[in-house]
Amino acid sequence: MTDTTVNAGITHGLYTDGDPVADTKAPAGPVQDMWTTRKFEAALVNPANRRKLDVIIVGTGLAGGSAAATLGEAGYNVKVFCFQDSPRRAHSIAAQGGINAAKNYKEDGDSVFRLFYDTVKGGDYRSRESNVYRLAEVSANIIDQCVAQGVPFAREYGGLLDNRSFGGVQVSRTFYARGQTGQQLLIGAYQALERQVAAGTVQQYTRHEMLELVVADGRARGIVARDLVTGEIETHAADAVVLASGGYGNVFYLSTNAMGSNVTASWRAHRKGAYMANPCYTQIHPTCIPVAGEHQSKLTLMSESLRNDGRIWVPKNREDCDKDPRDIPEEDRDYYLERIYPSFGNLVPRDIASRQAKNVCDEGRGVGPMVGDFRRGVYLDFADAIARLGKAAVESKYGNLFDMYARITGENPYETPMRIYPAVHYVMGGLWVDYDLQSTIPGLFVTGEANFSDHGANRLGASALMQGLADGYFVLPNTIRDYLAKGPFEPLAPDHPAVVEAQTSVEERTARLLAINGERSVDSFHKELGAIMWEYCGMERSEEGLLKAIDLIRGLREEFWRNVRVLGAADTLNQSLEKAGRVADFLELGELMCIDALHRRESCGGHFRAESQTEDGEALRHDDEFLYVAAWEFGGGEGLGETGRPVLHKEDLVYEAIELKQRSYK
Amino acid sequence: MNLTLKIWRQAGPRHPGELVTYKVKDISEDMSFLEMLDVLNEELNAKGEEPLAFDSDCREGICGSCGLMISGDAHGPERTTTCQLHMRSFSDGDVITVEPWRANAFPVIKDLVVDRGAFDRIIQAGGYISVNTGSAPDAHSTPVPKENADRAFMAAECIGCGACVAACPNASAMLFMGAKVTHLSELPQGQPERDARVVSMVDQHDHEGFGGCTNVGACSQACPKGIPQDVISTLNKDLRGALRG
Amino acid sequence: MSVATTTSSRPATARRTTIGLKILMAGTGLVFVGYLLLHMFGNLKALAGEEAFNDYAENLRTVGEPFLPYAGLLWIVRVVLLLSLVGHAYAAYSLWARAGSARRTKYAAVKTAARTAWMRWGGTFLLLFVVWHLLQFTIVKFSVNADKQGPDVQQNPYELVVASFQVPWNTLIYVLAMVALAFHLSHGVFSASQTLGLTGSAQAYRRAKLLGHAVAVVIVGGFLVPPFAILFGLIK
Repeated sequence: MTDTTVNAGITHGLYTDGDPVADTKAPAGPVQDMWTTRKFEAALVNPANRRKLDVIIVGTGLAGGSAAATLGEAGYNVKVFCFQDSPRRAHSIAAQGGINAAKNYKEDGDSVFRLFYDTVKGGDYRSRESNVYRLAEVSANIIDQCVAQGVPFAREYGGLLDNRSFGGVQVSRTFYARGQTGQQLLIGAYQALERQVAAGTVQQYTRHEMLELVVADGRARGIVARDLVTGEIETHAADAVVLASGGYGNVFYLSTNAMGSNVTASWRAHRKGAYMANPCYTQIHPTCIPVAGEHQSKLTLMSESLRNDGRIWVPKNREDCDKDPRDIPEEDRDYYLERIYPSFGNLVPRDIASRQAKNVCDEGRGVGPMVGDFRRGVYLDFADAIARLGKAAVESKYGNLFDMYARITGENPYETPMRIYPAVHYVMGGLWVDYDLQSTIPGLFVTGEANFSDHGANRLGASALMQGLADGYFVLPNTIRDYLAKGPFEPLAPDHPAVVEAQTSVEERTARLLAINGERSVDSFHKELGAIMWEYCGMERSEEGLLKAIDLIRGLREEFWRNVRVLGAADTLNQSLEKAGRVADFLELGELMCIDALHRRESCGGHFRAESQTEDGEALRHDDEFLYVAAWEFGGGEGLGETGRPVLHKEDLVYEAIELKQRSYK
Repeated sequence: MNLTLKIWRQAGPRHPGELVTYKVKDISEDMSFLEMLDVLNEELNAKGEEPLAFDSDCREGICGSCGLMISGDAHGPERTTTCQLHMRSFSDGDVITVEPWRANAFPVIKDLVVDRGAFDRIIQAGGYISVNTGSAPDAHSTPVPKENADRAFMAAECIGCGACVAACPNASAMLFMGAKVTHLSELPQGQPERDARVVSMVDQHDHEGFGGCTNVGACSQACPKGIPQDVISTLNKDLRGALRG
Repeated sequence: MSVATTTSSRPATARRTTIGLKILMAGTGLVFVGYLLLHMFGNLKALAGEEAFNDYAENLRTVGEPFLPYAGLLWIVRVVLLLSLVGHAYAAYSLWARAGSARRTKYAAVKTAARTAWMRWGGTFLLLFVVWHLLQFTIVKFSVNADKQGPDVQQNPYELVVASFQVPWNTLIYVLAMVALAFHLSHGVFSASQTLGLTGSAQAYRRAKLLGHAVAVVIVGGFLVPPFAILFGLIK
């Protein structure tokens, strides 16, 4: 199936091949012993020395907030930054479903190994065994920690914690707090963080956005941040920098991410030498509320649990698409998932459900309002469930979701079928890190969604919260000490060339954005970029489409730096300026995502490559060629918005504990 | 639909502000209120006028960033957050007044953006359980009656948006604080610090310049999460307990 | 914005907090509720005729004798009431002032918070009424009835009451005060329960609301019976 001559994407001149990269921190030996060994071997820092060590943490979601609190408790001198007005607003707060942990409270055969296995398999064998095993290993501690903090998980009448099965796994290992698990976990981390602020170990900088990384003498030594209220450009020095700045799904403009979620912190670090790994790995969630019109600013996810009882269909005939769905007779409906996947039906994995929804809409059989030239929606019908279980039972199970749907769409889902459509939800790609969560820049650590480490090419439901908190509470505090033990490093002088360079570049960039005064708004560029990404680098990618996308993005980026209009001043709150900086970075990231997607000529995990499918149209993975992490080095580039050819470093993936298998849902 | 908006514009914390009238046309009823403001901002940008500043982030009703006083109602006429308020709640020709949260403890930063740092400082004063990472016992070592766990959860749903303060005739933050105190007081883990927590938080609340509570209930009516007034009773009870003890 | 200040180890000054003020308000308010119930009971004696009413008034002065001097208990009650009034008003006006300074920039579009206005303006009106009421029946004891003047009326509690409430405008003032009192009580009783932390569940909360309405209806109802009876000539 593969054509290696074409696959040598180098021939397109888009990137160059570099040396392989490898993790050198995971100890040798069986995967079960690695974390214990690593914790023992990592150097210790004397408690008296800790307050002399400064750590900067960017981002206050689950990964950043928990790390800041924990490092503060340990006695380090922590500075934590977030662009929101309070650490509690970080987008972890929006996670609904739950958090996995190998507690085996249900005695249903769960174990650390099974969670490890499920995560590697769910990631379609594109994640690193050592990291994933550790994730499963510390998962149980997370629950203990959160309960002690007062996180109000759902409980049974006996007073013990309730669990549910989530995302198609066969054990009940998901802990939850109604549909607001992310919120409750984040508030727990936030309170722990505020406690440290009160104790004086953590300084909190809200409404501050990191705009540059300071790399001095080969080490990450600080950041340049803009005070979003006064506009002041500040340099903050430290002995180590932790990025916990989340994912970059907003490169698609429409996603379930928050409006402010962005790639800037990661991208600035990438430009300074941190490798970006698997940037094209994007998770597309099948059950979101469809786009209602051009004005749409974001998409809202509804829990996947809806697929347990709802049936997904579209009209068989295009001419029925604008009819009232209740008037379309049974024989004219196409329950396409049940038809194509008789054994799994509506419960096929997220990527399959998403891709098939796109396929039927592309065929012109989508429903709902016309957006552009398409109707982008499919029905999720509860009529059978209501007939079978009764309205009351459906209401007790899904009432809050139905209410949310009704509030947003103005339609009553008890009477007419819901409409759903896939939306970008999470990115598995991110900055490359080793077992210590350290990037390729010494002293720069990356946690949570911002790194690439644990989810391979697809993430299991209820695992994002687990990873964020595992990294922040348990992993990073243990690994960063091995690095900090070498410090404190020489104080970073304000006139150090690296500081001057970083600060000047931010000032120039800001001044440039305000000076262009062109014709188009920042949002219009962002929307256009999003449309390109969604069309060509979304659920299904092809070589032709990706090449086209790269061209379009380059043109758009060139126009951006020539024709964007950012009003207002630099020395005040200026939300257009904030957005402009973020979109400028998305315009560079988008190209790298397309290059990564282009070079990975296989269908794997959350994404489908048109050139790599089985005879009956299913995803085909190529372990012989692509069993590696693609870690991209920034290709250089002098002027604003200019990027050179990125360099591909491959990290081979070795499976010792788990056997490689091709998945099948037919 | 076409609407007339009277929106508070204020260039900075120390600048005077005023209501400025804008007209918006062809607003779809499927837009959220903030998307309607996005449309206005695009128009302002095109005309060379500086867009309006307002806070919003998740736009799905959970982060608590957004919050506008819409014709005298915190978060507008529906019980939800501003981002989840849709234009179908308004009619063609409506005149809508949009103001920032008004409280001295929430100073205006710009236009409709206020500084809610006071909430963080109230939490810093004691809105937590002191447990260091790694020192936790097994999660099942302390059962919590479902009733208490459910009430704790209900109180913990607070998103910290500040609508309670905005709606309160006294600009009091008792509902916000009551929610946190109730969340932690309902749980066995919260007992050791129960007295100290409430004293310290109430003290910080008053120190920030919020008003006192007069049990009017405007807070609960405005709360997008429907947090009931009885959490303030729990707060009062805990404070009284702390005074006695 | 900017760096948050630390707030650990503040002194415990809970008594001086706004909740402390509210507890003072609730406690003193409950004293008044108790007093109003007794007062209402006394007023209803008017229905039993002049003798019963005047005996009751006299008994109030002799109760507790000989341990207490004449009118001793009455004076104790008056002192307690006066202190409560001072405490109640102090707390109320402190919170009112604080509310004013907690929101110096007002909203342009206001949905008035009716209950707060009722409590504050209504409470102020009640305070003025109490002064009027005390001057009329306790301190000066004057009759507003042009037809019934003189020491016989002034020194006979029953006569003074009957004479006064035969005057419609006087009754009107009284009725208005009772309306204010009804609102004040229905919110105040609930509010006191809330302040004292007795409403910490949805059920208790509903009960306290009901109790507030019930107390208001009973007390104000009881207070309105005699003046209407007089106005409509049922008592002469």
